Amino acid sequence: MDWTAYLPMLWKGAVVTMTITLAAIAVGAALAFFFGILRVEGGAILSTIALCYTEVFRGTSLFVQLFWFYYALPLVGISFDPITTGILVLAAHVGGYGAEIVRGALSSVSPQQLEAARALNFSRYQTLFRISLPQAVVEMMPAFGNLAIETLKLSSLVSLISIADLTFSAQSIRNLTLDSTSIYSVTLVCYFTMSLVLMMAMKVVERFVRRGDVMPRPGQS
Amino acid sequence: MMYGYEWDTTTWLTYTISILPIILIGLTVTLKAAVAGFAIALSLGLAFALLRRSRVTAISWTTAFVVEFLRDTPLLVQLFFLYYVLPEFGIVLPAFLTGALALGLQYAAYTSEVYRGGIEAVQRGQWEAATALNLTRMQTYRDIIIPQAVPRIVPAMGNYLVAMIKETPVLSVVTVLEMMGLATMIGERTFEYLVPLTLVGLIFLLLTLICSAGLHRLQKALPKAGIPMR
Amino acid sequence: MTDAINEPIIEFSNVTKRFGILTVLDQFNFSVAKGEKVTLIGPSGSGKSTVLRILMTLEPFQEGSLRLANISYHEERGKGPFQASERHLREIRKHVGMVFQSFNLFPHMTVLRNVVEAPVRVLGMGRADAEARAIELLDMVGLADKKDHYPVQLSGGQQQRVAIARALAMRPRVLLFDEPTSALDPQLVGEVLSVIRSLAHEHDLTMLLVTHEMRFAREVSDRVCFFDKGRICEQGSPEEIFGAPREERTREFLSSVLA
Repeated sequence: MDWTAYLPMLWKGAVVTMTITLAAIAVGAALAFFFGILRVEGGAILSTIALCYTEVFRGTSLFVQLFWFYYALPLVGISFDPITTGILVLAAHVGGYGAEIVRGALSSVSPQQLEAARALNFSRYQTLFRISLPQAVVEMMPAFGNLAIETLKLSSLVSLISIADLTFSAQSIRNLTLDSTSIYSVTLVCYFTMSLVLMMAMKVVERFVRRGDVMPRPGQS
Repeated sequence: MMYGYEWDTTTWLTYTISILPIILIGLTVTLKAAVAGFAIALSLGLAFALLRRSRVTAISWTTAFVVEFLRDTPLLVQLFFLYYVLPEFGIVLPAFLTGALALGLQYAAYTSEVYRGGIEAVQRGQWEAATALNLTRMQTYRDIIIPQAVPRIVPAMGNYLVAMIKETPVLSVVTVLEMMGLATMIGERTFEYLVPLTLVGLIFLLLTLICSAGLHRLQKALPKAGIPMR
Repeated sequence: MTDAINEPIIEFSNVTKRFGILTVLDQFNFSVAKGEKVTLIGPSGSGKSTVLRILMTLEPFQEGSLRLANISYHEERGKGPFQASERHLREIRKHVGMVFQSFNLFPHMTVLRNVVEAPVRVLGMGRADAEARAIELLDMVGLADKKDHYPVQLSGGQQQRVAIARALAMRPRVLLFDEPTSALDPQLVGEVLSVIRSLAHEHDLTMLLVTHEMRFAREVSDRVCFFDKGRICEQGSPEEIFGAPREERTREFLSSVLA
């Protein structure tokens, strides 16, 4: 069988993969900023809660988390459809890593900047949103770029909770045709292409974030 | 393998106690897979890093492409590829080895970047001094470059080991019975997933915390006399 | 200039070196006699450091020929006209040593190991012999008591003196100094210069020195070469160059650095 015959079905799967990835990136970014800021600005109790969130979602393996929310939670009466579960778990997982990135970038803003803000009598929230975050976001971008690619790759695991994404489609076609070599080669190339597109998209976002950023950076005199 | 076992599901505690021995057997498989995968990742990654620095552009570009491809495609699909495609070319490996190889390949792409960064962080003057003292390229790598690169790369490598441990459950999809595979099997048998999955999650969390603490200590114990770390 | 006019140990003939479109050495001719102490002076970018780096095989060149201790830098049956195998280059490097502007000591080794490493690995000396000799050399540069320190624990001047001992441990016939005091604080320059000065009395050692220390150049050299734009613009005894320079460019340069 000619491998081009698989393409329509793989395309459908790729659309699902892209949807899940982009949704997880969006929700994950929100979680990352929320918990990352809590880690730095939250005070004892809130920052401990944020710490628990990051440690649990970074420390327990996405595979376990997916199955836990898919199989185990319904048993205690909480259930979503598989796609929602997939997106939320993936988002919570990468959000944990993202929160660490946000925390790291926020705590690397130079103390002089904070002193300057205090000297101008900015409030804590003004300092955070007008001074610290705008500078920190620029620092976060390269790491966020990597995390976005990571999200795309990890999204393949949702095929295991019966979501018909690209990996799932590839598996189904293989089970029908047993034509493993071309199926998996095409699938790998699809993922690689999506990664490249995502990488370029993140570069665009990075350039947007960097606009007006006139601080000298390494490699620039 | 689990016929004949009876799980006591009366309370979560008795259930936990009755499945714990099996899960711990799975843990040893998990750890073996991580160690084997990491050994492959460390050696293959070094090979990638050195080939990437080859003066022959055809070699360095090909290596760069392979590394990028491995890095940008999912471990799960790579694993399926190895598991189903290798036998078509007459290479039949046990599932465990296929799994370790998949882990190793994916992480070799990561470790090669770590090696590369570590090697490139060594100043050019060090190469020149080694040349002026007439050391061979081998001796220069072995005595000058690698000893200076190692303290820089150990923390990053450690983080990748921890990350790899957490990815080993993927091996269960190709029939390797590590922790996660056993936990879902128990769940299928008893229709009670919450306890086995939570238990596995907790063990992973514990492993991660222990490894991170161990890494922190190792980093402090490393000989880095005089090496500027930044 | 004592008996410097015997057979040359270094011979550049018509050497051209380019970096991309920039020509650093243009049809360069230059020879140095055995035991001669030659100082290269001139504005930065005039090609003097490049001469040393080519001699140390750190840079290839594109045209011309170069011989050191009667070994050509190009193999007769090499891969191309201006390439040589690593093996051939190592043969050349046996005779040359170099002291760098930024010392380039190995930071992960103690002072003693810095000096011992190459004699043991490259010359195949026994460790005990190599250490005894290293301590002699460290004593000569006044640092035997620092042998177990790491480079970061030393001042710049001390590091450079160790680097000199390290280069000497390989018993080179030609020793190259590439601006050995330029990276040092002014108060540390003297200790390094006095070590180099003591080497200048070594009869057999050929020395090439790139420096901006004019008074020192005048004192230790047999010959001074003034570089400008990839050529030797003027050369002669220190008395001639510093006392009565003939070329306008030389006078300009000297008045700018001595002012």
